Amino acid sequence: MLAFVLTLVLLLSIVIVLAYVERKVAAFMQDRMGPTEAGPYGSLQSVLDVLKLLQKEDIVPAAADKNLFKLAPILIFAAVFAGFAVIPFTPDLVPAGIGIGVFYLLAIISLDVIGLLMAGWGSNNKYAMLGAMRSVAQIVSYEIPAGLAILAAVMVCQSLDFQEISYQQGALMNRFPGLEFEMNWLFGIEALGINTTTIGGITTWNIFRAPILLVAFVIYFIASLAESNRAPFDIPEAESELVAGFHVEYSGFRFAILFLAEYSMMVLVSLVAVILFLGSWNTPLPNVGPVSLAYWTTGTIGELSGILWGGFWLLSKTFVLLFLQLQLRWTYPRLRVDQLMHLCWKVLTPIALAVILIAGIWRLLMI
Amino acid sequence: MLFYIFAILAIVSGAYMVLTRNLLYAGFSLLIVLLSIAGIYVLLFADFIAVTQLMVYVGGVLVLILFGIMLSSRVQDKSVLSENVNTVWGTLVAGLIVVGLSYSILKSNISSLLWLQTMEVDVLGDQKSTVQMIGIKLMTDFVLPFEIASLLLLIALMGAAYIATDKQKT
Repeated sequence: MLAFVLTLVLLLSIVIVLAYVERKVAAFMQDRMGPTEAGPYGSLQSVLDVLKLLQKEDIVPAAADKNLFKLAPILIFAAVFAGFAVIPFTPDLVPAGIGIGVFYLLAIISLDVIGLLMAGWGSNNKYAMLGAMRSVAQIVSYEIPAGLAILAAVMVCQSLDFQEISYQQGALMNRFPGLEFEMNWLFGIEALGINTTTIGGITTWNIFRAPILLVAFVIYFIASLAESNRAPFDIPEAESELVAGFHVEYSGFRFAILFLAEYSMMVLVSLVAVILFLGSWNTPLPNVGPVSLAYWTTGTIGELSGILWGGFWLLSKTFVLLFLQLQLRWTYPRLRVDQLMHLCWKVLTPIALAVILIAGIWRLLMI
Repeated sequence: MLFYIFAILAIVSGAYMVLTRNLLYAGFSLLIVLLSIAGIYVLLFADFIAVTQLMVYVGGVLVLILFGIMLSSRVQDKSVLSENVNTVWGTLVAGLIVVGLSYSILKSNISSLLWLQTMEVDVLGDQKSTVQMIGIKLMTDFVLPFEIASLLLLIALMGAAYIATDKQKT
């Protein structure tokens, strides 16, 4: 129960910061000022936006399917929020450390799709229906390259537990029960003979441990943009043709929930990318000879310093990815439907399959 | 206790799914049935099966069903209704299945089963999940069915792609 409340509070604060950053980044990239009035540099803008949304009238369209219309935002947010249950935030802080966390996450995100269909149908609106259809088609298609990229990382790590994968990518690997005698080698190749188990830092991150995962990371990142309906994959919400996509009929608190779910999805996919490929809560600084930077910037597990350092690294890496997502939105034009499907099925999926094969071979070199 | 909650949820929403006229509502109550069955799987220490259930049935089959319902009717249609056909045969077959199942359940002496008596409560032991065991079993004892299933799926995929191709060009 405590984990539930803590995660919710953390998520809400990240989303509020993210909404502000989005507006500022957009303004910066278009040579504007962005919000400036509320608070210093307009930093209270998104808080006030939320307050304004909560005061608005809750409108349920007369011709809508009322039950589905009311249930849909709850289902969408619940699906995304349930995904956070398996995310390890620090070395010893994970809401629910189940052994098949990665698989669970993939499955629970697909619940989101049902919620989208429910919202689209329940609104009884052409735009909402089309938006939901496009969104679902896009998410279902892009789940395949994303899943394959995740599978490559899982094959290298030999685990479906997020916490075990996190421990493998740092200097603390031997502290995890079951991994006491595991070794990390430079680029994962034992024949090179450079043992990086105690060096840690960036040399043990998955993208460095098995460089083929760098390709997998790029595939996952592109697919995750599509899964969270971000530009350049935002045809489900294309303002110029669909008004706002599946949430066009929603207002007030219900819209706030959908907005929150959408931004939570961005945070969730970035967190997964960080945990699987970019070293999770591990520090990027390696131990170099007597200067044990990795240990200094990790803190002690089980104490406050470990929690603070772990949370700091995880969240800062996540924010770098989130910033990249925002930047991409204002850099690339929207893809057409046929280009979208072409990219998914004819480019990303074959490459992801090849990456899986190479990752399997790489794993043989690692032992 | 948890089992009864999941079981009642599954039965109630299953009954609703059968009794409702609105096909779309039936689809959404199927979601609740599948979720509660996944919950029961978790209570049986079958975590992998539970998540696979979510992945395959909720993420795949149910989305397909809902898509089918939504695409096969006009977007403006308020609700898609189902009709009753084959009332006599349906009742007969369902009744026979109920009788057969309850007869065999009542006849069997479950508590005297040998593997139930010798079973340990701690099913997982040192393992954190059932994935390792399932993986080893699939690659040793059940490798032939596994490969045949994958071949079947591949054939189905190719067939679907062939049916969907645009034949105007040839």
